[in-house]
Amino acid sequence: MVENRPWLTFLTHFVLILGVIIVVFPVYIAVIAATHGPTALSSGMMPMLPGAELWNNVVQVWTEDRRGVAPFWLMAWNSLWMAIIITVGKIAISIISAYAIVYFRFPGRVLAFWLIFITLMLPVEVRIIPTFAVVANLGMLNSYVGLTLPLIASATATFLFRQFFMTIPDELMEAARVDGAGPIKFFRDILLPLSRTNIAALCVILFIYGWMQYLWPMLVTTDPKYYTLMMGVKRMAAVADADPQWNIIMAAVVMAMLPPVLIVIFMQRLFVKGLVETEK
Amino acid sequence: MKTLNRVGLAALSLMLSTSVAFAATEVTWWHAMGGELGTKLEEIVAGYNASQSDYVVTPVYKGSYAETMTAAIAAFRAGEQPDIVQVFEVGTGTMMAAKGAIYPVYQLMADMGAEFDPSAYLPTVVGYYTDTEGNMLSMPFNSSTPIMYYNKDVFEAAGLDPEMPPKTWEELEAFSRQIMESGAANCGFTTGWISWAQLENFSAWHNQPIGTLENGFGGLGSEFTVNGPLQAKHWANLKTWQDEGVFQYGGPGGGADAPAKFYTGECAIYMNSSASRAGVLANAEGFEVGFGMLPHYEEVEPQNSIIGGATLWVLQGADEAEYKGVADFFTYLSSAEVQADWHQFSGYLPITQAAYELGQSQGYYEANPGSDVAIKQMTLNAPTENSKGLRFGNYVQIRDVIDQEFQALLSGDKSAQQALDDLVARGNQMLRDFEAANQ
Amino acid sequence: MDTKRTVFPSQGLPYLLVAPQLIITLIFFIWPAGQAVKSSFEREDPFGLSTSFVGLMHYGRLFQDPAYLASMGRTALFALAVTVISMGLALVLATAVNRLIRSGTAYSTLLLWPYAVSPVVAGILWWFIFNSTTGILPYVLEFFGVDWNHQLNGGQAMILIIIAASWKQISYNFLFFLAGLQSVPQSLNEAAAIDGAGPFKRFWTIVFPLLSPTTFFLMIVNLNYTMFDTFGVIDATTAGGPNQATNTLVYKVYSDGYIGLNLGSSSAQSVILMLFVIVLTVIQFRYVERRVQY
Repeated sequence: MVENRPWLTFLTHFVLILGVIIVVFPVYIAVIAATHGPTALSSGMMPMLPGAELWNNVVQVWTEDRRGVAPFWLMAWNSLWMAIIITVGKIAISIISAYAIVYFRFPGRVLAFWLIFITLMLPVEVRIIPTFAVVANLGMLNSYVGLTLPLIASATATFLFRQFFMTIPDELMEAARVDGAGPIKFFRDILLPLSRTNIAALCVILFIYGWMQYLWPMLVTTDPKYYTLMMGVKRMAAVADADPQWNIIMAAVVMAMLPPVLIVIFMQRLFVKGLVETEK
Repeated sequence: MKTLNRVGLAALSLMLSTSVAFAATEVTWWHAMGGELGTKLEEIVAGYNASQSDYVVTPVYKGSYAETMTAAIAAFRAGEQPDIVQVFEVGTGTMMAAKGAIYPVYQLMADMGAEFDPSAYLPTVVGYYTDTEGNMLSMPFNSSTPIMYYNKDVFEAAGLDPEMPPKTWEELEAFSRQIMESGAANCGFTTGWISWAQLENFSAWHNQPIGTLENGFGGLGSEFTVNGPLQAKHWANLKTWQDEGVFQYGGPGGGADAPAKFYTGECAIYMNSSASRAGVLANAEGFEVGFGMLPHYEEVEPQNSIIGGATLWVLQGADEAEYKGVADFFTYLSSAEVQADWHQFSGYLPITQAAYELGQSQGYYEANPGSDVAIKQMTLNAPTENSKGLRFGNYVQIRDVIDQEFQALLSGDKSAQQALDDLVARGNQMLRDFEAANQ
Repeated sequence: MDTKRTVFPSQGLPYLLVAPQLIITLIFFIWPAGQAVKSSFEREDPFGLSTSFVGLMHYGRLFQDPAYLASMGRTALFALAVTVISMGLALVLATAVNRLIRSGTAYSTLLLWPYAVSPVVAGILWWFIFNSTTGILPYVLEFFGVDWNHQLNGGQAMILIIIAASWKQISYNFLFFLAGLQSVPQSLNEAAAIDGAGPFKRFWTIVFPLLSPTTFFLMIVNLNYTMFDTFGVIDATTAGGPNQATNTLVYKVYSDGYIGLNLGSSSAQSVILMLFVIVLTVIQFRYVERRVQY
């Protein structure tokens, strides 16, 4: 600190506490709602302090069979798989294509680069019906392949690896070549270990990305065996002809957001690195 | 990819230990019934599956009506369509025009040699789904009509006779004001489905045309005429009542906020589908519910109301064995026992005469007051060309337009006449688009 | 487009390496996008049974349709509001955290995690909070004489989606501002302090100008975010209503195409959006390349 001004320090804390309150408020409400019985929320003022029903609500979410959604554990399982497959897939294909683009000169290299880059420009929402048709024609509806493969191409991850490879001293590769290492050996024994932190950081970011997917799973699954948590939560909230059971919905919401939030909290360093690097 | 897919599927189904009889032909049915109705639907299907061993019907919940229909169409385009899809009444025009995509039910039943007597069905229900030659194109499953629910306790507290629901809009207004002044409730009434209840049914109930060419039954060249003086008067009243708190708007589409307003005792009167009956009775804790027909304006005698809800369409592209299964399942669905059970559970209209008579002989309607309001209201008079239903293409989008214009009215951006005129103009453009795309 | 000074001799291997990425891109991105372009020139019934070429009809209609033009204006307003609010708050918070030495990390953690809340969940949360019958905020606002009803009041509906979308984006902006602030050399600040400049003056004359690359970058990213990633938020709160007051361009593509089944017009809208994103991306890309040079 340049100088010590107590009022400024006070203001700083005040601003931050206010900021934290704003940021935490909606989730606080959700957590509170998840701890109450069904009647406390349906009329007028909702309570601001936790109730005693949290365990009941959680058990209900996990065990009760609900129309239109798969069992909670199965949806959680699917979301988990979907997030993992997307993460691993994106990293795998991105790192090898970045490797090709940086360490080789071949005809069509620039074209390949641009083709990958262009995916940034086509958010899934604006090409949803033709994409659905393609996936359906390939017989991938209702499968993990259909859920994940169309989301696996990644311009950002490719860039991250490309930029990272560019910072690796050329001498490393020259030395490896002198030692007689071929491109595959170099990749496996040198590049991959060097990229460890980047990969870990990307894992955090991409896992969160995969976990959040909503519109796409909603389209390509008709079989409850493949429903994901985000779909399930949304469907629980959108019931026709009846009052939504807010306490149960909020219990589900809290549980659905728990895994990625915990990842951010406990892997903050990797999360920050991943986010900052992929977006640069 | 496909093998991988299958292996995954097989593994999962093993894991879930759902026993699929591989010998039986599978018939898939995409539907939009969530909540308790969905549970009942699955019960019916389970009953069918247990009753024979040749076919297995697999019901799949696909979300809202709009989502279900779009999903089925997208799937059809990709060649992955279900055998049966449940489509809401406003999708009827779109489905009917898609001649190459649908397998008309009358034809399916004849081709598959199933027993099928069109005259067994209630004409007011199936009339909505027949072509100009009187052939039934889809299988009615859940048809309903809007009725009035009211809070008897509030009526009593306000000094009104709890057994006397308002018959006219004039009465409804007076009752509401009395209720509000007495402090028995904050608001007079709310309604679900502005488009369906307060415009389409309002028009039919007052024998006003919705569009030319018999509300679209006569062909794709129809134009909207729903901006008549009576509709304009009603919408203008709704706006005034909303401003004064007599009426509370429940939101677009089905009106997601309307039920809660009634259940919590905020509003004393509530108009919505007769199929909400089960939900209303389950959720109206702490007060007694009364039932009544829709109100009408004093200067007009009520005609009859029209239906909503959904029918089952059969899609082209499956093999004969599956269609045989569909026909067999439809026969089961139409049986008096299944129909009466479904109707009595859900509040949807019975689709066959036999189901209605079965209910009468069981004494169901006496034991459950209010359960026959919908049928009486539907059959109050012989339908005129203004009240047998409506059939417009692109109607899913047009329903959105109706909601939008109604919101513009309530927010004060437009007068009632202006909102209805704009609605007609925008709707007509969509009708012309539909006409052009289906020639 | 640089490579290394020396490269591996090229045979089939590089093609093999880029193949998975390229195949997926071609099948799931380029081809569907091409289909969208094609169907934007056609009129088609929902089932795809009859198709006719109509040239630029859908485009012409869109640009004459007051609803579409209004949706453009609305999207701009929405994007601007979310960008300004979420970036403004994030900058204030990041500056505050940057002042602290010890407790900074604790605050950071508390401020970062909403990033992990998915748009759908954020939408449901805010919907619950603003629900006109059971929500808590309308109840509180009533005491202040505000009659909250976003089902009817377009302005309030817009405020609702702005709040929900900004809330989700604060963490992201906070993180980047904090990184930017931490790279401002302390010596500059100290020199100015010796010259007698107060903390606020120092912020505006020294720190803020140095942050301008970060600010610019965040502006582009936030615009992109509000244009596309807010779909889930809108779908779960207002679904575009009332009377289209929150129908942004992306939501309109979805509601016209997916719900309304008007494929031609919806495709034309996606093509217009694609062009827009291409412009944004080119700006971003040039900027990215420049940044890499540092």
